Amino acid sequence: MSAPLPETPATSVPAAASNQLFPFVLQLADTSLILAHRLSEWCGHGPVLEQDLALANIALDLLGEARSYYQYAAELEGQGRTEDDLAYLRSAVEYRNPLLVEQPNGDFAHTILRQFLFDNFHYHLLRKLKDGPDTQLAAIAEKSVKEAAYHLKWSSEWVIRLGDGTDESRKRLDKAIATLWRFGGELTTPTATETALQEIGVLPDYAALLAEMQAHTAHVFAEATVPLPAPAFAQLGGKTGRHTEHLGYLLSELQYMQRTYPGLTW
Amino acid sequence: METLEKVLTPEEQFQARIDADVRIEPKDWMPDAYRKTLIRQISQHAHSELVGMLPEGNWITRAPSLKRKSILLAKVQDEAGHGLYLYSAAETLGTTRDQMLADLHSGKAKYSSIFNYPTLSWADMGCVGWLVDGAAILNQVPLCRTSYGPYARAMVRVCKEESFHQRQGFEVMQTLCEGAPVQKEMAQEALNRWWWPTLMMFGPKDADSPNTAQSMNWRIKRFTNDELRQKFVDMMVPQAEFLGLTVPDPAVKWNEERQAYDFGEVNWDEFWAVVKGNGLCNHERLQARVQAHEDGAWVREAANAHAAKRAAREAVAA
Repeated sequence: MSAPLPETPATSVPAAASNQLFPFVLQLADTSLILAHRLSEWCGHGPVLEQDLALANIALDLLGEARSYYQYAAELEGQGRTEDDLAYLRSAVEYRNPLLVEQPNGDFAHTILRQFLFDNFHYHLLRKLKDGPDTQLAAIAEKSVKEAAYHLKWSSEWVIRLGDGTDESRKRLDKAIATLWRFGGELTTPTATETALQEIGVLPDYAALLAEMQAHTAHVFAEATVPLPAPAFAQLGGKTGRHTEHLGYLLSELQYMQRTYPGLTW
Repeated sequence: METLEKVLTPEEQFQARIDADVRIEPKDWMPDAYRKTLIRQISQHAHSELVGMLPEGNWITRAPSLKRKSILLAKVQDEAGHGLYLYSAAETLGTTRDQMLADLHSGKAKYSSIFNYPTLSWADMGCVGWLVDGAAILNQVPLCRTSYGPYARAMVRVCKEESFHQRQGFEVMQTLCEGAPVQKEMAQEALNRWWWPTLMMFGPKDADSPNTAQSMNWRIKRFTNDELRQKFVDMMVPQAEFLGLTVPDPAVKWNEERQAYDFGEVNWDEFWAVVKGNGLCNHERLQARVQAHEDGAWVREAANAHAAKRAAREAVAA
């Protein structure tokens, strides 16, 4: 893990905020884990070997990031739970990932668009978190932002290829937009926890992030020759535990071993 | 050398280089049969890496801890990387990845039969690493000195990663064997299923392996199938004992005179049945590859179309 930036104050998060920090760090962890899990489902089935490698690579980055967050969350909670307890022994309603990342892979266009929407948020968020007051979060963000920059470059380039590729790729991208655009808004719609952390300066104001994200989206969609989709009704809920039906199946697979053989070491 | 060249035919010069352990490089003259043998072997090896992603990929989403999930995903990703090096090495012989994949999908090209067995429990991830990668290493380490340069160099990288894979497989087994009784049972049950199929990975008995002599003469191959199988048994029996597991072959016994383990006869009917496409997973594995390729066609076409459009725009701008 990288050392915190020198100008970062050592511990400037008020004690009261640590109550909000635990659920938020857990939200970050769940988000990266669930998306890593979805991407890992591609392993061995990618459209071309190089992209199979890229998908696994991104999944590995996100999995590593998720583990750092879970370890930190376990520390914040201080009740002796481990990263695996947090990942494998919570139910769907306790999971805090946004709805977007639990959506099924669909075809490659769906996977790419889901990734683009996430990366665009993730990268811009990490850029702020790495300079934030919480040293642990800043350190994780410092390491992850480099990976996220690559992820965003990769998914942006694919949006462009699919949009400005063939008629079929364009049709498939349009279909992915119709399916997934409504899940983008949740990323930048703060929950009560996020608002509380924004008020004390642990989290950046999402309105500022949104401006950067929209500028990037406009640039990518112009390159892709795809008109910017109209703002969709934002489906919310994942970050407060109200999930789509997909998450339960994902968790039953993810948690199968730990649930079947409780309390063992693997 | 000049005098030699006047006297020797190209074949004789080629064999003289092989005998002197001089590496053959892509632009060197080589007999057609050498080229064909290498394309067959390297592409088969590349296909094995590609198909080999599937049985382990089967457990990535169910790995029992975040650490195991990371390691397994990284391992399967390494296999994709090995596939890439090997397809590239084969391409230096004048074939293309498209052609090789077409041969895989049509059933003309083979891949290692071991991947036609199912992975049924978490302990299979241990067995695949420990036994299957262990057998692969024995097959592959001599290939680092194989006569064809690009193949030998690709194998140096592959072998480094494989030896890491094998250690992690052993470590999965060790964790199971030191764990609860249910975990040890899981480990033994997996060993029971994987032991004989891994012995089959070394190929038919020397007497039934028509290509061995020529391949050894060309120094593509450096040990016979039976020699490697014996090395494998000698290496693995003590490791199984260390784990407290029993190799499912009552004939396994140390032979003081030979300084090697005696072991039972492989079920060659099963071996040939799987080679001929009748293993439990032959159909699924090949279908999974064909499906991925067909489902990916529009993606590859889009990438090509976009690259062409971009090149055209840049040409106009220039």
